Amino acid sequence: MELPLWEVFVRSKHGLSHRHVGSVHAADPRMAVEAARDVYTRRMEGVSLWVVPSESITASDPAEFSSLFEPAEDKVYRHPTFYVVPDNIKHI
Amino acid sequence: MYTVELTKQNGAPAVEDAAKNAAFEKRVAADEFIEPKDWMPSAYRKTLIRQISQHAHSEIVGMLPEGNWLTRAPTLRRKSILLAKIQDEAGHGLYLYAAAETLGASRDEMTEALHSGAAKYSSIFNYPTLTWADIGAIGWLVDGAAILNQVPLQRTSYGPYARAMVRICKEESFHQRQGYESMMVLANGTPEQKRMAQDALNRFWWPALMMFGPPDDNSPNSERSMRWRVKRDTNDELRQKFVDVTVPQAEALGLTIPDPDLKWNAERGAYDYGAIDWEEFYAVVRGEGPVGKDRIKARVDAWEQNAWVREAAMAHEAKRTARKAA
Repeated sequence: MELPLWEVFVRSKHGLSHRHVGSVHAADPRMAVEAARDVYTRRMEGVSLWVVPSESITASDPAEFSSLFEPAEDKVYRHPTFYVVPDNIKHI
Repeated sequence: MYTVELTKQNGAPAVEDAAKNAAFEKRVAADEFIEPKDWMPSAYRKTLIRQISQHAHSEIVGMLPEGNWLTRAPTLRRKSILLAKIQDEAGHGLYLYAAAETLGASRDEMTEALHSGAAKYSSIFNYPTLTWADIGAIGWLVDGAAILNQVPLQRTSYGPYARAMVRICKEESFHQRQGYESMMVLANGTPEQKRMAQDALNRFWWPALMMFGPPDDNSPNSERSMRWRVKRDTNDELRQKFVDVTVPQAEALGLTIPDPDLKWNAERGAYDYGAIDWEEFYAVVRGEGPVGKDRIKARVDAWEQNAWVREAAMAHEAKRTARKAA
């Protein structure tokens, strides 16, 4: 019997988002937070922790990389540098 | 703490999708990172699971020789330091087990492999810690050797392994420095303390050199591991580097490296050192070291005698979810 797996996210300081740092095994959410505290924040690496059951995460498939991300590649008009504005026009 | 590929591989890699394989080799050669869900050759996956889990086992077993001195540390300061170091080793083991799990190895499988003797761990932990000075020597030499091996692995091709190594390297430097500081205190202390420090160096010097693994001409998988970026320097290169940085540190302590053949080679710009007893190394890897059996027994006892805690925690959680659902 293996204890369930949790993914651990740490907010390193207020103002920054939580970032994935690794995983822990624990029987319940509270113990997962405590294990994450011991494993990933022994040196003040964070001010807040999230634990998420690993099985709840749905990831994109790397094999579908092209169909997912390629459509963005030819849409250069989504970037400000696509538009030519004369040099004498300021604050734009 | 440190890893080296200890078990020989059998069989040729299976023939897999040639195009996928070529794309993989190209990415790795370009120093790109491979992530868990990416396609990878099964031999790469197998090599990594073995290497990362052996590394994890080494961290976990590495807590035992140090734990031996926890209740007998000479001062509260040293005790707090040692406790923090042992906690770090547990953390390092857990980062690495988690990295291996992203490759499809289960934690229970890995634990079972360690307990049955199927998986290896660093031979250095099969030597006993006879005096307090051994704790200083381990930090200085064993963690020092580990750092040399681990720093290049921060750029290893498998993303989760590389990220675990970044965290580990940050923490490892404390381990080495506290060890050296502890040796400094002993080396500058009473004649009896200095004798203890020298004795610890005498016993840990050769095992520390062996930590880098078999010599290059007897390290069959080195070439492929280098190509796959799961190894970035050869065993002998790292061993030489270790000797070169450590000899001046020993001199500064006023201690003598127990090797009559050790001498500076001006032509090479490196130290020449004596022959290593590889028979001893292979025997210790097989678990025939002075305390090999005790180490595994301690792990198995901890696992089995505390099974009730895991079971109780799971039963409690099952009850809690049932109550919530009701």
